[in-house]
Amino acid sequence: MSGLLAYVSRRLAVTFLILLAVSFAVYLIFAFLPFDPASLTCGKNCNDPGIIEANRIRLGYDKPFYEQYWVFLVGLFAGRNYGEGAAAIHCAAPSFGYSFQQHACVTDLIGEALPVTLALAIGALVLWLILGIGLGVLSARFRGRVLDTVSTIFVLIGTSLPTFLTGLMLIIFVVIKWHLLPFPAGGYLSPFEDFPGWLNTMILPWITLAFAYAALYTRFVRSQVIETSTEDYIRTARAKGLSEGVILGKHTLRAALAPIATMAGLDFAGLMGGAILTEAVFNLPGLGRLSLGAVLDYDLPIIVATTLLAATIVVMMNLVLDLVYAFIDPRVRV
Amino acid sequence: MFSKEAIKTSAGRSPRQLAWRRFKSNRVAIPSLVAVSIIIGAVVFAPQVCALLGISPDIRDESAIDSRGQVIGDWGGISPEHPFGVVPGIGYDVLARLLYGARISFLIALMATLASVGMGMLLGMIAGYFRGRVDGVIGRFTDFLLAFPSFFMILALSAPMVQRIEMSGIARDNDARILYLILILAIFGWPYLSRIIRSQVLSLRERDFVLSARALGASNSRIIFKEILPNVWTPVIVYMSLTLPGYLTAEAVFSYLGIGVQPPTPTWGLMIADSTKFIINEPTYFFIPSLSLILVVLVFNLLGDALRDALDPKSEN
Repeated sequence: MSGLLAYVSRRLAVTFLILLAVSFAVYLIFAFLPFDPASLTCGKNCNDPGIIEANRIRLGYDKPFYEQYWVFLVGLFAGRNYGEGAAAIHCAAPSFGYSFQQHACVTDLIGEALPVTLALAIGALVLWLILGIGLGVLSARFRGRVLDTVSTIFVLIGTSLPTFLTGLMLIIFVVIKWHLLPFPAGGYLSPFEDFPGWLNTMILPWITLAFAYAALYTRFVRSQVIETSTEDYIRTARAKGLSEGVILGKHTLRAALAPIATMAGLDFAGLMGGAILTEAVFNLPGLGRLSLGAVLDYDLPIIVATTLLAATIVVMMNLVLDLVYAFIDPRVRV
Repeated sequence: MFSKEAIKTSAGRSPRQLAWRRFKSNRVAIPSLVAVSIIIGAVVFAPQVCALLGISPDIRDESAIDSRGQVIGDWGGISPEHPFGVVPGIGYDVLARLLYGARISFLIALMATLASVGMGMLLGMIAGYFRGRVDGVIGRFTDFLLAFPSFFMILALSAPMVQRIEMSGIARDNDARILYLILILAIFGWPYLSRIIRSQVLSLRERDFVLSARALGASNSRIIFKEILPNVWTPVIVYMSLTLPGYLTAEAVFSYLGIGVQPPTPTWGLMIADSTKFIINEPTYFFIPSLSLILVVLVFNLLGDALRDALDPKSEN
C-alpha cells in the first residue's frame, strides 16, 4: 500500500506542476500580446482615458506581469477585491477574475455555463458509448457480413463529417424539412423545471456530438473484440461449452473495457472544456460558447479562466485514470 | 520443382514493389487515388478549369438572380452556365468559388501538414537518437503541448498574432491570417508525429546497420540523415495522408467561426458559414460546399487507410 501512496503523491505533484506551467504559459502569452487589457475592459469603441486608467489600477494591470500572475494565483484560493471602498467589487474564492465587459465575476459566469456543457457532454457520452460499443461488438461478431459493411460505412462517414456540418444538417432535415422537432430556440432550459423542453433542446446536440465519437468507438471496439477473440482463454471458454453470449459479455468485452474506459474518460474531459462547435451551432450557452464569445470580444479574464479550466479537467482526468489503473494493476506503480 | 518463370517472378522484389502490389490489390486504393488526383488537379488548375467552363469566382451574374437577390430557378440556380448554381444575393458562380476557395483551404492544409511533419520528424529523430536529457526535455515539452487546450489557444491567439504578423511586415490581411493558421496548426500538430518517430528511432539506432555505420566512424548527422531517415518514411507518409484532411476540416471550422480568412475571398469554411444564412430558401448552396468538404475528407481518409495497409501490413485496424 505504501507503494501506491508514493505513486499517488508523486503523480499529484507532477499534475500540480503541469497545471502551474499551463497557467503560467497562458498568462505569459497574454501578457505579451499587443493588446492593452485595460482599454479592452470598457468595450470596443471606448476611448475615455479616465475610465481606462481607473480600470487599469482596479484590475491590477498597472503592476508588472509576475505580480499580476501572483495575485491571480492568490485570488484562486482567497478570492479577490477590485477597487476600494463602496465601489469595490468582490469575487469570492475561487476567483478567476472579473469580466468588465460582462460585468460579472468570471467564476459566476463559469458556474452558469458549466451545467449546460455538463448536460451536453454526459448525454452525448451515454449515447456514443451505447452506439459505439453495440455496433462495434455486432460488427466484430458478424465480421464480413452485411452488418459489418454497414458499420464500416458508418465509421467512414462519422470520421469524415465535421461536427458543425452534422449539426447544421440535423437542423435542416429534422427541424426544417421534416418538422420532427420545433426550431431550437437557443438558450438552455433546466431539466428540473421543464423536462420535455430540456430533452427537446438537447436531443439534436447530443446526436451531433455523439455521432463522430460513436464512429471512432465502433472502429476501436470492433478491432479490440476481434483481437481478443483470438486469445487462448477465449478458446478455453469456448471449449468449456460456454455460450457465445456469455463469452462475449464475460470474457471478450471485459478485456476491452479498460482501454474503452480510458478513451471515454479522456474524450469526456476534452468535451468539458466546451464543445465549442456544437454549442455554437445550437446556440447553447455552455463553456464553449462562453469562451468563443470571449475570444471574439477579447475578454481576457474569461479566456484565461476557460483555457485553464479546460487544461485542468484534462490533466485531472489523466490523473484519475492513472490512479484507477494503479489501484487495479500494481505493475503500473513503478 | 518451381518453374524458372515462377522463380523469376518471386525473386527480387523491393519493399516498394511489395507495397505497391498490396496497394493495388486493395479495392478502394486505386479509386481513391484517382479521386484525390482529380481533386488536386482541379484545384491546382482552377483558373484553367474555370476558363474552360466559362465561369469566374468574382463576376456577378445579374441574370441569375432577381431584383431581391433570390436565385432564379430550382436547385440553387444550377444550369449549364452555372454547373453548381449561383450564390444567392450576389450572383457569383458557386463552382468557381468552390475551386478558388479550395486553393486556399488546400494551401493551408498542405503547408500546415508539411510544417508539422518537418518539426515532428526533426524533434522525434533528435529525441530518439540522442536519448537522455535531450529526449527528456523534448518529451516534457510534447506532454505540455498535448495537455494544452489547443483549440482555445488557436481561437484566442488569432487576432493578436495576426496583428503581430502584420506589424512585422511579413504578410498582410488574409496572407497574415493564412500564415497564422499554418503556423499554429503546425505548432500544435507536431507532437503526435514526434512521438511516433521517436519510438521508431529508439529501436532503429540499435540495429546492426546503424551500429556498423557508427563503427566505420560515421558522424551523427550522417547516421541520422543517411541511415535512419530513409527508414522512417512509412509512418510519415501515413501520418501525412491522414493529417491533411484533418487540417482541411480545421480550416473550414476556423473560417466558419470567423477567425480564418475573411470575405470576400472564398474558402470552404466561409462558403458554408455564408450559406447558413440562406439555408431555408437555398439549401443547395449549403449542400454543395458541405458535401464537397465531406467527400474530399472521405477520399483522403480512404487513401490514407489504403496507404497504411500497403506500407505497414502488420498494423490491423
